[in-house]
Amino acid sequence: MTESTRRQFIQATGIATGAVAAAPMLLSTSAQAQWNNVPEKDAKLRVLRWSRFVQGDIDTYLANVKKFTEKTGIEVRVDNEGWEDVRPKAAVAANTGAGPDIILSTNDDANLYPDKLLDVSDLCDYLGKKYGGWYPACETYLKPDGKKWIGVPLGASGAIMVYRQSHLKAAGINSFPKDVDSYLKMFQALKAKGTPGGMALGNATGDSGWTHWLIWAFGGSIVDKNNKVVINSPQTIKALEYAKELYATFIPGTLSWLDPNNNKAFLDGQLSVTNNGISIYYAAKNSDNPSVKALAADIQHAPFPVGPVGSPTEYHLFFNQMIFKYTKYPNAAKEFLRFMMEEEQYGAWLQGAGGYVSHPLAAYGKNPIWTVDPKHTPYRDSVKNMRPAGYAGQLGYASAGAMADFIVCNMVAEAGSGAKTPAEAALRAQKRAERYYKT
Amino acid sequence: MLSRLQNSRNGLGLLFMLPATLLLIVFLTYPLGLGIWLGFTDTKVGREGVFIGLENYEYLWEDAVTRLALFNTLFYTFVASVLKFFLGLWLAVLLNERLPLKTFFRSIILLPYIVPTALSAIAFWWLYDAQFSIISWVLVKAGWIDNYIDFLGDPWNARFSVLAANVWRGVPFVAITLLAGLQTISPTLYEAAAIDGATAWQRFRHITLPLLTPMIAVVMTFSVLFTFTDFQLIYVITRGGPLNATHLMATLSFQRAISGGALGEGAAIAIAMVPFLLAAILFSYFGLQRRAWQQGGSDK
Repeated sequence: MTESTRRQFIQATGIATGAVAAAPMLLSTSAQAQWNNVPEKDAKLRVLRWSRFVQGDIDTYLANVKKFTEKTGIEVRVDNEGWEDVRPKAAVAANTGAGPDIILSTNDDANLYPDKLLDVSDLCDYLGKKYGGWYPACETYLKPDGKKWIGVPLGASGAIMVYRQSHLKAAGINSFPKDVDSYLKMFQALKAKGTPGGMALGNATGDSGWTHWLIWAFGGSIVDKNNKVVINSPQTIKALEYAKELYATFIPGTLSWLDPNNNKAFLDGQLSVTNNGISIYYAAKNSDNPSVKALAADIQHAPFPVGPVGSPTEYHLFFNQMIFKYTKYPNAAKEFLRFMMEEEQYGAWLQGAGGYVSHPLAAYGKNPIWTVDPKHTPYRDSVKNMRPAGYAGQLGYASAGAMADFIVCNMVAEAGSGAKTPAEAALRAQKRAERYYKT
Repeated sequence: MLSRLQNSRNGLGLLFMLPATLLLIVFLTYPLGLGIWLGFTDTKVGREGVFIGLENYEYLWEDAVTRLALFNTLFYTFVASVLKFFLGLWLAVLLNERLPLKTFFRSIILLPYIVPTALSAIAFWWLYDAQFSIISWVLVKAGWIDNYIDFLGDPWNARFSVLAANVWRGVPFVAITLLAGLQTISPTLYEAAAIDGATAWQRFRHITLPLLTPMIAVVMTFSVLFTFTDFQLIYVITRGGPLNATHLMATLSFQRAISGGALGEGAAIAIAMVPFLLAAILFSYFGLQRRAWQQGGSDK
């Protein structure tokens, strides 16, 4: 199917993207990205995507879909599912060869069945060239062999630090810490002032992601480049010792926290610092309750501090867009994704999502959403600062399984709370991870 | 041919059983068989697996989280079932008395059972919240405690918290079923016993309990099965946390199979529950349904 697409493409244009990829000389001479694609006649598309996190997201998304239909005559049906339910559905679609033509899913889903997905290298090359290039994590996720794109990156739901400026000031901290030492000191100072911070350590699928940041920041990781499990390392143990000190400053109850807990506690004024998407700020700003609304002015955001490794190690929920090989309308599907990723549509969608989604293409850093409110700005670089879920190895069943089993999160919780020593917790994580990464 | 079939008792019998057999095969035997098969493979979501024999089970036996989940499940089932039985029996006996507003009480007692589990789980989640628990709030306001109780953050607190939620939800089922059983016991037996001068305890011990035993056997079998396979309460309240202290076999199976994509391993965890469930059923069949017991006698 891919081959025939390329052939049609060559016939239609004379300059195929496939040929462009094969001939770097052409690339350097053509500064302007080229796109030519003829959707199939009478094409109809079905799209399955994760449910909105904010209303503006789905509103603009559907407005864009409508625009696409008006422009091309291609009918598009969009279905929604909670993001955690999209994964099994997408896998079943891949396995049975029937289902939506396009699925918008999360993290390493595309790496579970790469051979079932349509090669979208031409589209990604085109978009990358036109919009300043893809951020590195996107390539790790969706260009696993370094040659072929198996999906089109959509962005990520940035989860960074959310804090109360007045509480930090009261604790003698004037700017948000940029390194892990002053970060710990900030938590300690806040605790001493009786206005503690806290981050989820329960089996929270999204908000426990900070535990990955922590391990990476100190140079630990579940696996090395060859997918060898190396979590039981001096770096990890250092991170866990740090976690112990950090946990001691947390508000009580974080071991049980699931995704909504920190939002509730923060909006209730009980929490000074936590990690989250922009949704806390969003909720405060749009609240009918005057005391909650007043919080919005005090809320500030900042990226996670950088650890001893010297570069950002953030973890965010990554969004992909996959076209399945079984689709009857591969060209129409590509056309749809191209249309949705073009400035006119994608820019509007970024704004609709209100900063909840961060872009995967560098050029969208100029989108007004990141400057219209200075509090949005720290979310801008989420994808840029992101590491993929199964860092530093290849993504696939093992990385997905290790993530779903909360291995890193449990390890940090065990060591942080003192239920196990850092060495014991790391050893246990090593054994659990080895199961997933067995050859 | 048709007339021969019409005249054949066996043939007709088979024909009439066909729809039920088909239903059982399609919706019961096939899924169970598939589950057993998957447990012997390394199937992933979206990828066919190959037969790997007992490897899943060998791994699970070594796996600390699975062992913990097994312990949690047995503990949860045992304690919850015992509590549900005694509270349920107590409630049933109370409701069987001549109470004012009897019908009213009998209907409201069913409320916890009627509320969708997911909703009652969310209610409990709030009750146990680390920051917003009304229980903690009341106790703090009353001056009994200084800090909010960490209901779900401490492993044992969390176990007892989800247990309480399960018992709250399960008691009405036991109570109402046992009440139905109580009402089938003829009042003349009690009258005769009263004439013989039996005390209330003797009446309960020698009339109520033996005659209620078949009902108890059935209701407790169901209660144990429901508790052992509980999923929703845990999934909503703790997702198996903290530190996997409340993971049950069912929630772990889901986590590994659906979220983690390891269908084979998840199926193996689910199938590992079957022997325990069978044991519970056999216990009820051969243990609680002994005829001698039911007739007020004892084992010889």
